[in-house]
Amino acid sequence: MSVVSFSKEKIMQTSEEAVKLVSAQPVVAVVTPLSTTATAAAPLLQKRGAWAATAKRAFEWLLPPVIGLMIFAAIWATVAALTQGLPGPVKTWQSAVELFSDPFYINNPNDMGIGWNILNSLKRVATGFGLAAIVGIPMGFVIGRYTFMSRMAAPIISLLKPVSPLAWLPIGLLVFKAANPAAIWVIFITAVWPMIINTAVGVSKVPQDYMNVAKVLNLSEWKVVTKILLPYVMPYMMTGVRLSIGAAWLVIVAAEMLTGGLGIGFWVWDEWNNLNVEHIIIAIFIVGIVGLLLEQLLVLIAKRYSYE
Amino acid sequence: MTTNAIQDRYVLIENVNMTFQTKKGSFQALKDINLNIHEGEFISIIGHSGCGKSTVLNLIAGLLQPSEGYLFCAGREISKPGPERAVVFQNHSLLPWLTCFENVYLAVERVFGDKEGASQLAERTRAALELVGLSHAMEKRPNEISGGMKQRVGIARALAMEPKVLLLDEPFGALDALTRAGLQDELMAIMARSGCTAVMVTHDVDEAVLLSDRIVMMTNGPAATIGEILEVDLPRPRKRLELVEDPAYTHLRSEVLKFLYERHAKKAA
Repeated sequence: MSVVSFSKEKIMQTSEEAVKLVSAQPVVAVVTPLSTTATAAAPLLQKRGAWAATAKRAFEWLLPPVIGLMIFAAIWATVAALTQGLPGPVKTWQSAVELFSDPFYINNPNDMGIGWNILNSLKRVATGFGLAAIVGIPMGFVIGRYTFMSRMAAPIISLLKPVSPLAWLPIGLLVFKAANPAAIWVIFITAVWPMIINTAVGVSKVPQDYMNVAKVLNLSEWKVVTKILLPYVMPYMMTGVRLSIGAAWLVIVAAEMLTGGLGIGFWVWDEWNNLNVEHIIIAIFIVGIVGLLLEQLLVLIAKRYSYE
Repeated sequence: MTTNAIQDRYVLIENVNMTFQTKKGSFQALKDINLNIHEGEFISIIGHSGCGKSTVLNLIAGLLQPSEGYLFCAGREISKPGPERAVVFQNHSLLPWLTCFENVYLAVERVFGDKEGASQLAERTRAALELVGLSHAMEKRPNEISGGMKQRVGIARALAMEPKVLLLDEPFGALDALTRAGLQDELMAIMARSGCTAVMVTHDVDEAVLLSDRIVMMTNGPAATIGEILEVDLPRPRKRLELVEDPAYTHLRSEVLKFLYERHAKKAA
């Protein structure tokens, strides 16, 4: 899980660097002639050289991903050609175009467009995730700040953290007596551990120097939390948030397969029952793309709230 | 105690022993520390590294409690940190997510927030930063300014609290020689104006002689104690360049050096 998110971040950074390089290049082209205008032709040549460099860099950044995707599509097409019933890239693309031509239709409560399914899944994730943040972040603060609390919580967290969140689904069904809250409950369980643990780690790592400042200035507990702990812990918290939203989005598909109702997970299951394999493959892409977007969104937020 | 007695023994350290509990058993850092500091006096504590200089300072600050003995400030026992004893930390310890202004304001607000309005607090903050010559960098964050400027903010934060005692823990230790000299001169001027009592931990002999009224020289640890106390009777205001030629200065300087490198030489670790 963490490996996956790390590599995504790396890809993001490199593409961002590419953007930076592209945008920086024309500036260099304007500045350099001022210092080296020996002949009239020099600036033009340099400008052309700069553009060539830009194109080369863009090529270097763009080409490998494009090649990668093409290899992937080729393998897919080959396997599809050899396997009966598995649609190839072209057939899937055609099906996707058709599917996304009307994503928000409503025939009846059991037959709604793909857009509604995605939105419904996102709603469940957002609710479960939001509840996990409300519970997990303050708990992380308390556990990180007080050794007693940390020792108290340690056995419970170590015991429950490795359990697959789906194992909690029957408990959710039993307690809430409905499928939808049970699915949200599973998301809550998924998201709450990374949130608690990362916040607690952040709080426990606050440098002693800052705590000495707090002691010497005799700051109130409220000021310690708002002026020292919260800003320091924010990056740790955002890591927790990113890990948990990634995991929550992974788990929602499985949870919805079990609970049914409107959502991308059950949609996959439904299409399997209809033997509509194109739609299952499309769903895999949708889940991937939405997951990627969610994480990018959080990376942006994390950058916004990081003090560095 | 009469007022005079309190002035003469403004900070009072009595029979202080400090023992730390470590994984390898107990470790006695300080033994039989006795020291009187007069009001308005500038004291330097000098000694080899690991001799417990900073422990003495942390005890006065109230960040540590002595294993035995008592510490008093202005006639009251020191039991915890308080705004009347401001600390300038070696590594400046500014909060990196706050601007210079906000860093100082945090301290000002804590000390004067009950009595004064926001505009008065902001005025105090500005005055403190102006005192250390940082009016232009108020809205900058600590990572946008140089090491010397950070240390100035640290000093401004401490002074803005209008402390009775200013505690400086190797305040210029991490700075280059030129920046250090500049800040030492400024600190001397500020201390002359404010008349506040100061205790500074240092391992810089010149710094100790230049700034102090008395230099407390500590023996090597473990169980370090005060070896000698040297009176620095050079007239104030002191000028760095004039002192270099001054035989009295040279004599005092060599006294400290003799203590550190003859009588209490530290074996190379």
